[in-house]
Amino acid sequence: MAKALTKQQHLDLYYYMRLNRAVEDTMVKLFRQNKIVGGLYSSLGQEAVSVGTAFALEKKDWLAPMIRNIGALLVKGVPPRDVFMQHMAKYDSPTKGKDGTSHFGDLDNLHIVSPISMLGDLIPVMTGVAMAGRYLGQKIVAMTWIGDGGSSTGVFHEGLNFAATQKAPFVLVLENNLWAYSTPVKRQVPVENLADRAKAYGVKSFIVDGNDVAAVYTTGKEAVELARNGEGPILIEAKTFRRMGHAQHDPAEYVPPDMKKYWEERDPIARHEKFLFREKLLDEKGKKEIEAKINALLEKERDFAENSPFPPAEFAEHGVYCTGDDCHKIRAKWERPVSEVTPPKSSVSAVWTVQGFGAGKGSGGGSAPIHFGDTEKHEHKEVAAVSNNGAKSAVKKSAKPAKKTAIARKAGR
Amino acid sequence: MAAKGGTQVNFLDAIKQAMFEEMERDPTVVLLGEDVGVYGGAFKTSEGLLAKFGWERVIDTPISESAIIGAACGMSYLGLRPIAEMQFIDFIVCAFNQITNFVAKGHYLWDAPAPMVIRGPAGGGVHGGPFHSANPEMYFVHTPGLKVIYPSTPYDAKGLLKAAIRDNNPVLFFEHKFLYRRIKEDIPEGDYVVPIGKAAVRREGKHLTIVSYAAMMHTSLEAAEELANEGIEAEVIDLRTLLPLDSDAIVESVKKTNRCLVVHEDTKTGGIAGEISAILCERAFGHLDGPLTRVTALDTPVPYAPTLEDYFLPNKEKVVQAARELARY
Repeated sequence: MAKALTKQQHLDLYYYMRLNRAVEDTMVKLFRQNKIVGGLYSSLGQEAVSVGTAFALEKKDWLAPMIRNIGALLVKGVPPRDVFMQHMAKYDSPTKGKDGTSHFGDLDNLHIVSPISMLGDLIPVMTGVAMAGRYLGQKIVAMTWIGDGGSSTGVFHEGLNFAATQKAPFVLVLENNLWAYSTPVKRQVPVENLADRAKAYGVKSFIVDGNDVAAVYTTGKEAVELARNGEGPILIEAKTFRRMGHAQHDPAEYVPPDMKKYWEERDPIARHEKFLFREKLLDEKGKKEIEAKINALLEKERDFAENSPFPPAEFAEHGVYCTGDDCHKIRAKWERPVSEVTPPKSSVSAVWTVQGFGAGKGSGGGSAPIHFGDTEKHEHKEVAAVSNNGAKSAVKKSAKPAKKTAIARKAGR
Repeated sequence: MAAKGGTQVNFLDAIKQAMFEEMERDPTVVLLGEDVGVYGGAFKTSEGLLAKFGWERVIDTPISESAIIGAACGMSYLGLRPIAEMQFIDFIVCAFNQITNFVAKGHYLWDAPAPMVIRGPAGGGVHGGPFHSANPEMYFVHTPGLKVIYPSTPYDAKGLLKAAIRDNNPVLFFEHKFLYRRIKEDIPEGDYVVPIGKAAVRREGKHLTIVSYAAMMHTSLEAAEELANEGIEAEVIDLRTLLPLDSDAIVESVKKTNRCLVVHEDTKTGGIAGEISAILCERAFGHLDGPLTRVTALDTPVPYAPTLEDYFLPNKEKVVQAARELARY
């Protein structure tokens, strides 16, 4: 387990959750003033998930937010004005008015990949980010989020499976807020714990109380470090609740009132605040200071956003294609010797090495398929083999998997 | 088109050479797809690449087209130049959302270039049936942000694939499998690229312009040969790139010949002939002495039986007949 949090970490988590909520409260006001062009989505009550998991990342790591992860963007360093301007379709926004909401990214500095509205697509994309980071020797971790609803998409499964076969340094946070628009999770997914799906891909998973920010951070940190050390991908299921409707237009009358009440009593900010007061990490004075700091910041940020113009109409036709070096200088950042991935060092024998193959009793050590081989009494010599992720590794002794094979076979009869 | 002093190379080997040379030249180039590694690709276009460049650069994937293309896109964000192979281009539609919504829109929306290539064997005439013969290029020609290439010769295949790999945009590269082993030509030793977005005049003529690409370019050339025996001189334009379309080349030729016949293996409705027709109406209406004419596949799925598929596809006779009528108009 990760170490206990420092006072500063506890306070930072509190600050970012408060900032997350204040940014969204400000946007509700802007929405009611008709200053937000499109829809507005809320992460009320889910701030601990966004903030806690993103807080576990290092500066060099990559993330891709979903619609309810403004908290993660703030932790990564996005100024609130960018979030406001995105929603207000302003020319100074990260997408210069071409897209709204949390649909923006930053490849060069903050390492953020923009989401699209179709759910699940980020999972293979961030798997590719993770693979490229490893390939370049950057030792980064990639993280994205998915909801309980989004976990029903095909690409969720394709992506997680591919990440697993690649052992990608990738962390997927499954934010189970119990509702996919108006459909409760039980009608979407017939399993108790969505984390169980990780088993199907041979992926390690965690379940965490998504309204306990310290627990979310600690779990996130452990997952990030495991992924960084080659044990990825990791799936974290954070159990939480979506307290507002799908978006501003939706009063969410389909949610039972008792359920709302239950989760309101478990508000992640109030809960963490109570903890901070009890542990004497924060007092009324400190709380007032944080509130004043956030209010002053947001006032400034909101002013800037409101004063930014809409993009000029003809800007609509600009930027479909990269025109070359004048547009983007694409340079990979190598942090390992290039000679490792170029001949002669990169050259290999192009054959599969299949663990345990050919050692089975029934096969006479010959060429029986691995499924039928009883390898209990035969042990391989340790030979150098090349695994799929490029690392030279030794074939493990076959005793363990052999046992499993034998048991499985008996059970099957 | 054929260079002097080179060696005879078929279409498949041209593709292989392009990938091999680009991977050798640039360590950010990687290849991923189904059976591209140990097996060397279903058509052996990547044979030998794994042995040379290793597991990190030649990646055998699960059967997950969305994951292949999504991962390639993610890799490109860190400055890699991945080549994603679709085992048959028919399967590209499994990743339709990933390509049209994620890959294609990134640069426009959030200034994120995705320097990646999606390539694979396309087209019919080899009795592959309805799911191994498709020409799905127009789904993607309709998608701003993508480039779409569909070459007809080994020389172009190599030069355009190299250009695609070096391009900062997502490029779809269609390889007509009928041509893989059927045509050979001299390819020069050493590095060269063919510019994306430029058509080529394959045969000069003055009576009508035949616009085509991929396998049908060869059918059009054969038809032009036969037409020449009758005194009809057809100019044959090979589009090579469908997006961006070299409309200048088409307009210029039609202003000279005053007649245009478009031949493609794609189905008729929504095929590129319709777009070319509109361009000529906009830019060369006063120069047209006859109706824009189309010879295309039928508006049906690609059928399996040889009798059906032969009927479905355009061929030399259909082109010659349409050209004769147009020339007489």
